[in-house]
Amino acid sequence: MSVVKKSPWILHYDGTSCNGCDIEVLACLTPLYDVERFGIINTGNPKHADILLITGSVNEQNIPVVKQLYEQMPDPKAVVAVGICATSGGIFAECYNVVGGVGKVIPVDVYVPGCAARPESIIDGVVKALDILEVKRKKR
Amino acid sequence: MAEQILKEISANDLLAETLKIKNDGYRLVAVTCTNKDGMELTYSFDKDHELLNLRILTDTETELPSISIIYPYSFLYENEIKELFGVKITGIMPDFNDSLYKIPVKTPFQMND
Amino acid sequence: MGNRTIVPFGPQHPVLPEPIHLDLVLEDERVIEAIPRIGYIHRGLEKLVEKKDYQQYVYVAERICGICSFMHGMGYCMSIESIMEVEIPERAKFLRTIWAELSRLHSHLLWLGLLADAFGFESLFMQSWKLREQILDIFEETTGGRVIFSVCEVGGVKKDISSETLNKMKEVLTAMEKELKEAAAVFLNDSTVKLRTKGVGVLSREAAFELGAVGPMARASGIEMDIRSQGYAAYNQLDFKPITDQGGDCYARTKVRIGELFQSIDLIRQCIAIIPDGEVKRKVTGNPKGEHFTRLEQPRGEVLYYAKANGTKFLDRVRVRTPTFANVPALLETLKNCSLADVPILILTIDPCISCTER
Repeated sequence: MSVVKKSPWILHYDGTSCNGCDIEVLACLTPLYDVERFGIINTGNPKHADILLITGSVNEQNIPVVKQLYEQMPDPKAVVAVGICATSGGIFAECYNVVGGVGKVIPVDVYVPGCAARPESIIDGVVKALDILEVKRKKR
Repeated sequence: MAEQILKEISANDLLAETLKIKNDGYRLVAVTCTNKDGMELTYSFDKDHELLNLRILTDTETELPSISIIYPYSFLYENEIKELFGVKITGIMPDFNDSLYKIPVKTPFQMND
Repeated sequence: MGNRTIVPFGPQHPVLPEPIHLDLVLEDERVIEAIPRIGYIHRGLEKLVEKKDYQQYVYVAERICGICSFMHGMGYCMSIESIMEVEIPERAKFLRTIWAELSRLHSHLLWLGLLADAFGFESLFMQSWKLREQILDIFEETTGGRVIFSVCEVGGVKKDISSETLNKMKEVLTAMEKELKEAAAVFLNDSTVKLRTKGVGVLSREAAFELGAVGPMARASGIEMDIRSQGYAAYNQLDFKPITDQGGDCYARTKVRIGELFQSIDLIRQCIAIIPDGEVKRKVTGNPKGEHFTRLEQPRGEVLYYAKANGTKFLDRVRVRTPTFANVPALLETLKNCSLADVPILILTIDPCISCTER
């Protein structure tokens, strides 16, 4: 996939999100926001993906899952943390089973704020990730 | 609003009381545990929107029988309480042996911080 | 006897945005047993009551789940109001009911879309979610949020809806009803859709009762159980009768939920017709002391809120028993003896909300 310039495929993983950001990620795919017009497709296979979208924070049990998904993705790749939980743990930061933001486990390129993040800002975050992908591609 | 009945029973009567309730046609709504000055378990049952609660005051030392032989679907509630609160519930079918949620801290609801 | 294999399902699976893991024990193509492994999304937010006071906790309760967010906030507020014996203003009750029914609309439409996606009907998925956006627009106009509104508080609601907006809402819903009928016809009459749902995952009335199923899952098996008939909020002033079906299969569950879509629109219309004027919140002072069990009907079924307060601003305990938690045993039962290809549809058919379940 890395030869295609501007049609990134997305892999979505839900950490410990409350679903609020997840359904907004899905809403991006539907007719009103329709990210497919940018060539963006949601895939279920990490080996096809260029951008990893993570919603929600990480906990002990899903850290290996997140790491594995990230490692399976081909280079160059970018990570977009969607929502405040993926950024820092948000309202749940003090919970006993929450480790914190996704940044504690894998390198994050773009942070999308919001609780829940709006579709517009998610799309914006993905577009930002495109530039980062471009830089990473040139470095190789 | 329908009425809420709260009945305090001893741990020994749990199975007998539950069986009676089951035979009366109630369904199990939830099992709730509260940890404040000792453990407090509440078994909630429903029939025609009437909520019936059985309450047991216990501690983490006493062994409690599982009601999963009467209400098989109680296993999730009981596994949760066993893992998060450390109440010794015996004979849960199936018993996840404290790995339902697989949390890094042991019995988090016992700590008071 | 065929070959036995174990197929892992999840936690990252395209059909479900949420992480749940099942070990499916297969004999050839048949599922013999499904062993759940949860905990990927467990946060432990019930323990947060020790750190957030009872008014701040509304925000936590709303974030138990982003889909039924409003009703979680409402359930929590109702239990605190019962403990404090606060009677909220009539108008607030109606506003809560309107938002709750709108939440049901958006949740059921979301579910219909995901179901269509699970059996590979992409355009139907898009159609359902397109309809859903209209509800989200209403949310945004009335509360400012699309998925999490933070409009409920102990003592009432934070925002009022003007009568112009209510009338506009009525128009939007009437127009939507027509489009809904078209989409519903595909779900209920299309022969290819019926092939995937009819007779799949049958749950008998007895089994549904024995396994403690709630919500549309129980109603599709013929159990007339709907907490709304208890008459909380404004439901006691509305004409309401639970929708049931005798089929017990995926088709029946789809039918019940589609029926509830139209019912919700009808309930909102009834609310708009008789909503009284007045205040929308009551000032709440002091701290709660006591305990209360509150139940209400979420899109996925009955939810139970238990709150125990000790007279300080920090509660002793908040416990939430969410509908998916109660429906998991029924799901495991229906998965037995189904074919591997039907697993995604069966999992979706209980309308799972893992975030609710694990909290």
